Amino acid sequence: MSKGITRKTLFFGLIVTFALVAAFGATTASFAKSAAHKKVTITVNGLPIKTDTTNRNIYMRNVGDFENKYPWITVKPKEGLMDPPTFESKIAAGTLENVFYVYFTDPATVIPRHVAVDLTKYVKKDKIVKQMNPQLLKIFKNSKGHLFGIPWKNYTLGLLYSRTLFTAAGLNPNKPPTTWDAVRADAKKIAALGGGKIGYGEYSAYNTGGWHFTAEMFSRGGRTVTKNKASFNNAKGTAILSMLKAMRWTDNSVGTTQLLGWSDLLNEMAAGTLGMQVGALDNITWMANSASANINHYGFGVIPGTAASNKKGKGTLAGGDGWMIYKKSSAAQVQAGLLWIEFAFDNPNHFAADDVAARDGGGTVGLPEPNIWKTGSAAEKKFLAMNKKYRNVPTQYYTPFVKGMKGVQMVPETVKAQDIYAVLDTPMAQVLTNSGANVASLLSAATTAVNGILAAA
Amino acid sequence: MVVPAVSTGVSAFRWGRIRRRIADNFMAYLFMAAAIACFAFFSWYPLYYGFQLAFQQNNFIDPAKWVGFANYRHVIADPNFKRAWTNTIRFSVFALLLGAAVPFFTALLLNELRHFKGYLRVAVYTPVMLPPVVVCLLWRYFYTPSGGPFNFLLHAAHLPTSQWVQSADANMVMLSLVFCATWGNMGAATIIYLAALRGIPGEIYEASEIDGAGFWRRLRDVTLPHMRFIVLVMVLLQIIATMQVFTEPFVLGGGPTNEMSMTLMTMIYQVAFVTPRNFGYAAALSTMLFTVLLAFSALYLFVTRTRD
Repeated sequence: MSKGITRKTLFFGLIVTFALVAAFGATTASFAKSAAHKKVTITVNGLPIKTDTTNRNIYMRNVGDFENKYPWITVKPKEGLMDPPTFESKIAAGTLENVFYVYFTDPATVIPRHVAVDLTKYVKKDKIVKQMNPQLLKIFKNSKGHLFGIPWKNYTLGLLYSRTLFTAAGLNPNKPPTTWDAVRADAKKIAALGGGKIGYGEYSAYNTGGWHFTAEMFSRGGRTVTKNKASFNNAKGTAILSMLKAMRWTDNSVGTTQLLGWSDLLNEMAAGTLGMQVGALDNITWMANSASANINHYGFGVIPGTAASNKKGKGTLAGGDGWMIYKKSSAAQVQAGLLWIEFAFDNPNHFAADDVAARDGGGTVGLPEPNIWKTGSAAEKKFLAMNKKYRNVPTQYYTPFVKGMKGVQMVPETVKAQDIYAVLDTPMAQVLTNSGANVASLLSAATTAVNGILAAA
Repeated sequence: MVVPAVSTGVSAFRWGRIRRRIADNFMAYLFMAAAIACFAFFSWYPLYYGFQLAFQQNNFIDPAKWVGFANYRHVIADPNFKRAWTNTIRFSVFALLLGAAVPFFTALLLNELRHFKGYLRVAVYTPVMLPPVVVCLLWRYFYTPSGGPFNFLLHAAHLPTSQWVQSADANMVMLSLVFCATWGNMGAATIIYLAALRGIPGEIYEASEIDGAGFWRRLRDVTLPHMRFIVLVMVLLQIIATMQVFTEPFVLGGGPTNEMSMTLMTMIYQVAFVTPRNFGYAAALSTMLFTVLLAFSALYLFVTRTRD
């Protein structure tokens, strides 16, 4: 009897236990699947084009690693960065990528249009964002301090120059000019080499002219916008345009082909016909990757200023890029998007692997560019250490920049920057293409136009 | 009581006829439906939407706001408005003079040639196969003020050189763009003119030659009257196309921000995508251009039709 009861009890006990375990197991499995790791797909842009093999491989490696680490997230990468017509079309069609690329000039336009998700609540305890340079995070914030994007890269403008042409012209390639007067004098010497050599190149189209005008205002201790008003119709603005006009029509040291955009000058520089231009350190990478330039032929100095601004008040334009998340994304996509940004772009654990991949793929590692990390943070220390460890660029050629930057203020781009650059293209184009251009009236007309833009903003 | 019965009968009779017509031509209507749907979706709806946008403030994110004629008032008050129209008309006039005459006379020449006809036709048509941006970049090299091929040749011939697209003279800037556009596009027009020329019966030329007509007389009294229709159509198409010129001023002329080469299309691009990124504003400008071209086309067709 007792044996029978025991057997029955055991049998029922086993049944109940099995049922409970099965039920509990099923519940936890479905919880894990449905709540903690719900399947989500995100579209992300910024996939480098096929000809940019090195960076495309790094990107795709990141996609694979990311999906392995977060198996419930599927990443659909797409080519393309920030191209206004494409961007606007995608917004109109509602097909903008969940994670989209922006320049530092874009958040000021994108945030008020409610295109991007407010990330504030998502990053409250985020360890990566906490280590980022607060000045750069500010670019992605609205007036209430809400964060709408995450920075990725940062650059600052300086003087890119050809060491080869400096040497040929009898100039010291280790001492690039630090004042605009010296730039003019050196440009004359380089142009005097003949054979189509251009002393100094300048932009004047596709908003790049206005971009450089702004940077050159900063370098002279001025600003293009002060207290929401245009502030370039003064001696500093006049000096920029007058100098360029004189270099074009009196010295003939800036070449005759004008109305140039971003890659035009870099192609000239890579071809060995251009002596100097205002540029960023990553231009060297672009020239090496896209124009087969030998990086050992180029040096980089601090942006020139004036005698007065070099003592006090010199600034240089600081720009960069980052990522924002499309407002039509679900909460799960926002979280997945943030994970993607911090995994693929702002990941201290990837510094070494990215540097090695860049170095082995023919890219540049170790350019002394400003980074996005807070000074003294663990991320910054690691970033600098890896850059030093894997560097493959002649850093001694950038010493004039590193030393010259001490005391130079990095000035972020102004509000409505692209709109203002578009306006300022005109005076730049005019002085470089019209020997009779009237600097005073050009600045006056541009001031009226910029004030109109600022008032509308 | 009688009237409705009659009315119903008439209505039923009409419906019956319509149904019969549809049934008789069902396949034809079915084939038409696909084409009509394509036109409706890809042409008429965007056109309607363009007009709608012109009266709205719309950033495609927030709900659109109706703003009446504010966009049109803005456009007219814009200092670039007059500049863009002037440049566009300037371009169209030069393009009409060159762009219509050059392919026409090239076709005449090719038609008269006895040797290398095929080779020359290919040579004339080849630029059409080049991407327009490539054509512009090529001409940018040609126009290089110092050391460029054009100025080199002018200098060698002791003729004054030019700044071409970088000139301070708006006429020169537009003329430079027209040279490039004509070179890039004349191949298609030349082939069409050539086809029309081949359609003129040879006996008429033989008869006129026997009557003692020279080249110019034959051109005036035989060629032109026979080609009148094709010339009229080509000129109309050319004017519509040149009023919408974009690639040359955008790529060769230094982009949408260069006032010297700003045309209506580059201004539309600028206000939509550069500054102030206002689509209503851009749509207002687009609808103005559309209306002008529509009115011009109607007038042109009316004038040329009454003369037939």
